[in-house]
Amino acid sequence: MKLLILLVVVLGLVAAVQLSKVYQLSISLRGKREEDISEADNRLNGGLFLAFMVAFYVSFVVLLVKYGSYGTPPASEHGAAVDRLMDFNMAIIFVVFFIVNTLLFWFSAKYYHRADRKARFIAHDNRLELIWTVIPSVVLAIIIAYGLQTWNEMTGEASEDALRVELYSKQFDWTARYPGADGEFGQANYNLITPMNALGIVTEEGVAAALTEIEEKIAKVEEEINYEKGHLLAEWAAIEAELHDDHGHDGHGHDDHGHGHDAHADHGDGKQALEARMAEIEHMLESDKVNILTEAAYEAKEDKLYRLIRHRQRIQEIRNFDFDGELTAWESGMDDQIVKGEFHLPVGREVEFVFRSRDVIHSAYMPQFRAQMNTVPGVPTRFKMTPTITTDSMRTVLENPEFDYVLLCNKVCGAAHFNMQMKIVIESQEAYDAWMSEQGEFIVKEGSEEPEMEQASEQKESQTITASL
Amino acid sequence: MGAQAHHHEESFVSKYVFSHDHKMISKQFLVTAIVMGVVAVMLSVFFRLQLGWPGESFAILETFLGKWAPGGVLDRNAYLALVTIHGTIMVFFVLTGGLSGTFSNLLIPLQIGARDMASGFLNMLSYWFFFFSSVIMILSLFTEGGAASGGWTVYPPLSALPQAMPGSGMGMTLWLISMVLFVVSSLLGGLNYVVTIINLRTKGMSMTRLPLTIWAFMVTAILGVLSFPVLVSAVVLLLMDRTMGTAFYLSDIFIGGEALDVTGGSPILYQHLFWFLGHPEVYIVLLPALGISSEVIATNARKPIFGYKAMVGSLLGIGFLSFIVWGHHMFVTGMNPFLGSVFVFTTLLIAIPSAVKAFNYITTLWQGNIRFTPAMLFSIGLVSTFVTGGLTGIILADSALDVNVHDTYFVVAHFHIVMGMSAIFGMLAGIYHWFPKMFGRMMNTKLGFAHFWVTIVCGYGVFFPMHFVGIAGAPRRYYEYSNFDFLGSVMDLQPLISTFAIIGAIGQLFFLFNFFYSIFYGQKSVQNPWMSNTLEWTTPVRHVHGNWDGPLPEVHRWAYDYSNPVHDADFVPQTTPALSGEEVH
Repeated sequence: MKLLILLVVVLGLVAAVQLSKVYQLSISLRGKREEDISEADNRLNGGLFLAFMVAFYVSFVVLLVKYGSYGTPPASEHGAAVDRLMDFNMAIIFVVFFIVNTLLFWFSAKYYHRADRKARFIAHDNRLELIWTVIPSVVLAIIIAYGLQTWNEMTGEASEDALRVELYSKQFDWTARYPGADGEFGQANYNLITPMNALGIVTEEGVAAALTEIEEKIAKVEEEINYEKGHLLAEWAAIEAELHDDHGHDGHGHDDHGHGHDAHADHGDGKQALEARMAEIEHMLESDKVNILTEAAYEAKEDKLYRLIRHRQRIQEIRNFDFDGELTAWESGMDDQIVKGEFHLPVGREVEFVFRSRDVIHSAYMPQFRAQMNTVPGVPTRFKMTPTITTDSMRTVLENPEFDYVLLCNKVCGAAHFNMQMKIVIESQEAYDAWMSEQGEFIVKEGSEEPEMEQASEQKESQTITASL
Repeated sequence: MGAQAHHHEESFVSKYVFSHDHKMISKQFLVTAIVMGVVAVMLSVFFRLQLGWPGESFAILETFLGKWAPGGVLDRNAYLALVTIHGTIMVFFVLTGGLSGTFSNLLIPLQIGARDMASGFLNMLSYWFFFFSSVIMILSLFTEGGAASGGWTVYPPLSALPQAMPGSGMGMTLWLISMVLFVVSSLLGGLNYVVTIINLRTKGMSMTRLPLTIWAFMVTAILGVLSFPVLVSAVVLLLMDRTMGTAFYLSDIFIGGEALDVTGGSPILYQHLFWFLGHPEVYIVLLPALGISSEVIATNARKPIFGYKAMVGSLLGIGFLSFIVWGHHMFVTGMNPFLGSVFVFTTLLIAIPSAVKAFNYITTLWQGNIRFTPAMLFSIGLVSTFVTGGLTGIILADSALDVNVHDTYFVVAHFHIVMGMSAIFGMLAGIYHWFPKMFGRMMNTKLGFAHFWVTIVCGYGVFFPMHFVGIAGAPRRYYEYSNFDFLGSVMDLQPLISTFAIIGAIGQLFFLFNFFYSIFYGQKSVQNPWMSNTLEWTTPVRHVHGNWDGPLPEVHRWAYDYSNPVHDADFVPQTTPALSGEEVH
């Protein structure tokens, strides 16, 4: 089949070349040259430009009528301002777009080449050029002023009583954190991230749990390294060789060494230790902990051990450093509330988002609120907004009972980037309070094992993807 | 290099492979760029199939992509790899290496009246670095984890951590190495262009008589020489983060179940370095296209380019401003809002010289006597797309608006109309216009017409609807959109867009066939087929070392004396001395 396709392509190409040669021959017989564009061709192309222009404008208008709304109406205070600014800029752009394209295509059609005409020799006109420098400058000054005014309103400081919500991103989901009754987020440290503490919140339990986990990991890797069969056998063989070697030396060197006796005594202790180690190794080899690793895998384990020990050190540094004074910051994490899947906001209240990221850059995009901010590992970012329309009202407006606000990821972050989303619910203060009271407090001990499962299955999934490549 | 230089016999290798001759090097750049372009277009058709008809099986995908498209459905990681390599190839290998490399090399010596580049050897090196860089980029498609997949901007930490995605493994390393070689090529070329233009102009060729092509190439080369080294810094630091355990761009990262031993770096630093090149790069891509279209439009409208000085001034203005606007790519990275305001201001200023250019083109057409050669069609297409694509830049430059359309299809539409259409149109116009100079033969005009009309209709058909998809809130680089109800009916546009993309891609066969056929069988060219004023048309049709058989030509006027009423002919080559009493530019 493939051969057949190839054959058809090759034959087609040959045919095209032959046809072209015939065409070439015919025009050279007529004495026609490629660079001589006939008046008919010039008129045709000029006319096509006009036709193209009309078709272009008609499709533009059709698209505008059918898809010209900005998705959904703006559901935030600044969103309405953004849409007004957008309308203003779009109006200017439309005018320029139509004027310039119309002139371009119209002139092209009108002034097509005719042998009896001569072009008008005009090299420059300062007055004209001044006009189209000054007018755009003035228009742009207005655009800049209006744009920056909106920008400053959007990006100013959030008010003191704004609700603060942390949005936390990782491959490939979002987590929201509310500061709880004290209104303060607990500190977070990426070294404390464990399945039970997905955001790495610093609390006494958090530190202890992370330390326990890392100790377990270290112990496990150490065990794997210690019980590697090849290395155990090699060590055993080396000890045996040494013992054997020592034995030979003893026989020979008795007369030569003045301090032979002392040396012999030392050897005796060492020998005992070595023999004990041999016995230990023999015992270890019989245990079911024995594993076999390639040299590369063994080195990788050693690297991992080193990294884990460094990790433990970083956790210990948190403990050492912060236990001295900042207890309040540690305690403030205790009542933080963490939600996944969806998060709620009260309508009409300013909310200041604080964004953090666990692994790569993501972007928190909330299109209905005209809001977006990157989440950057190591660099917290912020964005404030005031939701103005509840989910229910928006459903009524859109006549779509299924509608939901959504937070999605808008910075490419890996294979499942296209489905990294979280539902946003905007509701009355009462409904929000009711929802909030149902949310448990922060979780190191009890609570969300679910996220861990999710994470594990996700990892498995991404591994399959890797494997399939 | 003297006039006798062309007499000695050359071996195949020194003539076609390791040539020092700028004309041959320009052809090498062009053919390499066309091959790369074909690859990049094919990649885009592959991912457009997925976007148009998500989840459907296409046998062609499995044929070409094998394990990347099991059962004919594109894999999610492979999708990102295709998007990334499509962008990389198009921006760097086609529109930078291909466009500047081809036309700067061909036209600078020929249009300023020089026998060759200042350094033929560096010029040859420039091509071969470009060549190996291209080879490595293509090879990266065949690595085990796939090619780089983090988008053509390869932001860390995604690109820095092999555990973040399969494409951040070997493919990413090759991408970075390829890019370093590419920058070397670009620097060698750029330095050469600037030095040549400044030092080797023939007698009478003052800076104010330079054709606008040369001005555009010079500003482009200066931009490249000043900005590409910064990309090398960005890339080398990234390589070190990947391989040597440094943390320039990394901090507080927990990935793959492990807290990495990195603190204190900033992912945002990379973006600043990258866009410090990245934005001038946009103009490195666009300015040569504008230069080419200035030349083509004046020649074929049989009129002087309107406002030569304003055109030069706007080139310089755009070039300067392009260095202080990079932050407009970073409004939503958490940068200080005041700094954002500064970038809003500088970015919108660029609209002024751009407007001047657009109006000057249109006035050049006004009351002209327009010959629609294929090159002219593409140049007019360039003006239209330059305006259409440039205008949406006003939205994106306005930080308050950018927040909502940043990284959506609106951006994709914007830069594809400017770069994917406007700059490509400039390149195609250049190819049609100077093909006779490069190969001594003519391309077929009728096929050229067909090529243009298919391309502009399909180009707008692909990219214009994307504005609406973007404003509705559809993010770019999504494998599919079925998980988002709010996008609703606007996603109906996706199959339409993909259909245009496929037809447009097939339409390029008109060009490819015409190009390669005409190299061997095209009608033999006359010396000055377009009746043009510039110096390259005073050289013999067959290529000679040193360009002119006799002494170098002497220049007596600017390049735009078309339809000058003082003269009988409708064009007056630059070598024509002033008539008695004539005031020459």
